[in-house]
Amino acid sequence: MRTENQKAWFFVLPVLILVAFNALVPMMTVVNYSVQETFGNNQFFWQGLDWFEQILRSERFQAALGRQFLFTAIILAIEVPLGIIIALSMPRKGIWVSVCLVLMALPMLIPWNVVGAMWNIFALPKIGMLGYFMNDVLGIRYDMTQDPLAAWITIIVMDVWHWTSLVVLLCYAGLVSIPDAYYQAAKIDGASPWAVFRYIQLPKMKTVLTIAILLRFMDSFNIYTEPFVLTGGGPGNSTTLLSIDLVKIALGQFDLGPAAAMSLIYFAITLAVSWVFYVVMTKDDHR
Amino acid sequence: MKKRAIIPIVYIIFLMLPIYWLVTMSFKTTNDILAGFSLFPETFTVDSYVAIFTDPTWYWGYINSIIYVSLNTVLSVAVALPAAYAFSRYRFLGDKQLFFWLLTNRMAPAAVFALPFFQLYSSIQIFDTHLAVALAHTLFNVPLAVWILEGFMRSIPKELDETAYVDGYSFPRFFIKIFLPNIGAGVGVAAFFCFMFSWVEMLLAKTLTAVEAKPIAAVMTRTASSAGYELGLLAAAGTLTIIPGAIVIWFVRNYIARGFAMGRV
Repeated sequence: MRTENQKAWFFVLPVLILVAFNALVPMMTVVNYSVQETFGNNQFFWQGLDWFEQILRSERFQAALGRQFLFTAIILAIEVPLGIIIALSMPRKGIWVSVCLVLMALPMLIPWNVVGAMWNIFALPKIGMLGYFMNDVLGIRYDMTQDPLAAWITIIVMDVWHWTSLVVLLCYAGLVSIPDAYYQAAKIDGASPWAVFRYIQLPKMKTVLTIAILLRFMDSFNIYTEPFVLTGGGPGNSTTLLSIDLVKIALGQFDLGPAAAMSLIYFAITLAVSWVFYVVMTKDDHR
Repeated sequence: MKKRAIIPIVYIIFLMLPIYWLVTMSFKTTNDILAGFSLFPETFTVDSYVAIFTDPTWYWGYINSIIYVSLNTVLSVAVALPAAYAFSRYRFLGDKQLFFWLLTNRMAPAAVFALPFFQLYSSIQIFDTHLAVALAHTLFNVPLAVWILEGFMRSIPKELDETAYVDGYSFPRFFIKIFLPNIGAGVGVAAFFCFMFSWVEMLLAKTLTAVEAKPIAAVMTRTASSAGYELGLLAAAGTLTIIPGAIVIWFVRNYIARGFAMGRV
């Protein structure tokens, strides 16, 4: 279908220049810092791979990484099945489709700091709706500035609120592309709802589901603003995820070397896990 | 069928609760808010909105945000269009590798780029301009735009191009007069996703600005810390940030899902 044409490079050139400027220059800066030590005055000393070793061995990094993986795992385990269930039960035709889509997409269009601030106030005991409901109606002690578990639950509920719609929208797009004939055939064969899901709907959703899981993985793994505004990483360090820790080191303490080494390790982990996801989920495709 | 409708309804109620809460709070007085929980404002007031629309630091926050978001959307879509065309029509040396490399930038944690961007843009004297934020956001938006546009362009048969050339169209004229109208929906979806990401992203926007191009988020943070606990004002500012997104999404509601469904994975 596509013809061989090396002149196509000219079409790609603007993107290449723009992204190279934006990605390569900062990346080189990061690599540069990651192997040097500085005491200010723009004097740098060769440090080798010491920073990498120090970061990988530090308990602080390992703890943040552990929290990050836990967070992402919980998010994926809730949002993906929930998104599929909601997409399956959405109407297929009529005015309600538009209403559903618009209302569901709304949380994704709110600036991230507003999302964090909103949930922060929402969860305040006495004043916020959630805080009031938990403490005064249900009688459960709930204060996320004191209790790490409450902070975790709030962050997770916030993320489910914020991003499940992305999974819903993508799965829904896959579902509406299934021709009616498939369902009629299944009906004639007397297929159970589960069989319809397993052998018709799930395979048709596979491509979009792959995109949804990849995007949710990347975005939840790189999450910064919402949890930072919501809890500030606390109480203590209990909700300090990787990005929060990185920004603390880079822009807070201005420890350029360790921050740069941590950046590279962080990026490498994101890339590696995304690649594994991608390979595992597309390995059956003989395209 | 009726029973199934419960799931989306419950989900939408769950989504709307915090938003409803924010909107009602923006119409309450500070005393009303601090007095404790109530579902409706006891004394309905628009003071918070008046305060925002009469204070230049507030409304300039919105204007700044809208300027860099628009700049970014135009820039991202403009450079992504020819590239997506090349990826959808031609094979060339390193095309797969290039496409994948573009996508890896979408995976980069924004936190990694905050400091290097700050230094890079300071060194070329564009720190604290709208251009700096717009440029920084292209790193994440250009790959996405190329990806979405490529999907839409691939669904246009190649015969269209060939017929146009036979009819004597030059490439630029063909691209603008014939090809673009055919992928109008794709351009809309790509622009929507660029708008969305640039509008919601805050870490880079805040790091790369100081006074002149300060986004609304930075104004909100300042208010939160300096003016004490003006929750009503914050809620009103938050409510106003939801409106542009809500307007944009209404226009592309029929295409959003399709935009991603057509991407190639």
